[in-house]
Amino acid sequence: MSRAGSIALLIALFALGGCSRLEPWVKPYERENIADPIMAWDRDPVSSSYMRHVYESREGARGASGASGGGCGCN
Amino acid sequence: MQLIRRAALFLLLPLPAVAGVLPEDRGDLMYHYYDGGGVTIDGPSVLVRKKFAEKYAVNASYYVDMVSSASIDVVTTASPYDEERTQYGVGFEYLRGKVTYAASFSNSSENDYDADTASVSISQDMFGDLTTVALFFTRGWDDVTRRGDALFADEIDRRIYGVDVSQVATKNLILGFAFETITEEGFLNNPYRQVRFLDPDAATGYSYEFERYPRTRTGNAFSARARWYLPYRAALQGDYRFYSDTWEIQSNTAEVAYTHPLDDEWTFDVHYRFYTQTAAEFYSDLFPRENFQNFLARDKELASMQSHTLGFGVTYEFKPAKFEFLGKAAVNLKYDRIRFDYGDFRDLRPTGLAPGTEPPYQFDADVIRLFFSGWF
Repeated sequence: MSRAGSIALLIALFALGGCSRLEPWVKPYERENIADPIMAWDRDPVSSSYMRHVYESREGARGASGASGGGCGCN
Repeated sequence: MQLIRRAALFLLLPLPAVAGVLPEDRGDLMYHYYDGGGVTIDGPSVLVRKKFAEKYAVNASYYVDMVSSASIDVVTTASPYDEERTQYGVGFEYLRGKVTYAASFSNSSENDYDADTASVSISQDMFGDLTTVALFFTRGWDDVTRRGDALFADEIDRRIYGVDVSQVATKNLILGFAFETITEEGFLNNPYRQVRFLDPDAATGYSYEFERYPRTRTGNAFSARARWYLPYRAALQGDYRFYSDTWEIQSNTAEVAYTHPLDDEWTFDVHYRFYTQTAAEFYSDLFPRENFQNFLARDKELASMQSHTLGFGVTYEFKPAKFEFLGKAAVNLKYDRIRFDYGDFRDLRPTGLAPGTEPPYQFDADVIRLFFSGWF
């Protein structure tokens, strides 16, 4: 199959996937541990942003080091 | 001085919003302290977040760096100095269903550098709220000047494109993935720093000339992280990041962190971080002659290097009796010890050595954050 054909097939599969409802495999009542404050990516933003600054000022690499997003569905 | 030149971009860069839920109403007042390599930096930092009607949230921040520098660069090519940098930021978030829209702005100013940064982001929960996808775009405008040189002024234009995915994998495991592209155009080197080159006529065997960097740089960073909830109520996290840019710097960062709560009042953290990078293609500790090539750098941030960090933190939570408007409060102390080892940046302080045979530079840094947090 050509590359274009493969990409078209992938897009079609994703599109079909959108027709079926995805069942969350971790139910809302099973998210107690995930919702615990100790599981936060970034518990203290004032401190973690400062540490990013410390590193970015002294190293050549930057980016993709922020802790963000929640995704725990805890609300 | 531009020792801290990228600060405006990263210090209070607004993170992509957390979809589905707005951050808690919280205020933090922090004292930060850094001491390493002849540089001492300390000052206050304030961050306040407040939401309204569970749909809107605002945040404001204020930060000060008070710098006293006698760094290796300053000792070898200039004079020790003191200066101050001030930064403030404001942000706004709007939650609509499972989508959070956010916008923010920050300004950083010091006597020879001024930076404005604006950012927008959109974040959405999907797949049964197990997945959060955030997209963000940041634009930065920097004005660069040089003390003692009224004729010098230049600019930097910066754009950052990023995507961040957070995924609940199991009821005890969260995964995170991030990708960022950063493009910069303008005056990207430090206007004070110099490179050295072999000079038989000099008493030391070498002389200095100013650095010259390309006027564009594009870098890509990818990171993956995982956080586990352990069976006895503790958390273990692993992080990895790969970075590569058009200056041929490549780096790997790995980190492991452990969080252990004790009763409802105490939380202890410990973490270790390892970082390594290759040098920029136009970097050299010692060039063979003056004007050896178009682009010249001897900035140690562009040298090949490694760093190791070992850090500890302790948090004590309590219900403040005197301030009834606070639902809870916490006192936090965090300490990090960082070791920087340079592969091809040499320590020029020892005298009497032939150029290029000086020992590689290395130093240790102590970093302390002491802060009070209040939830209202």
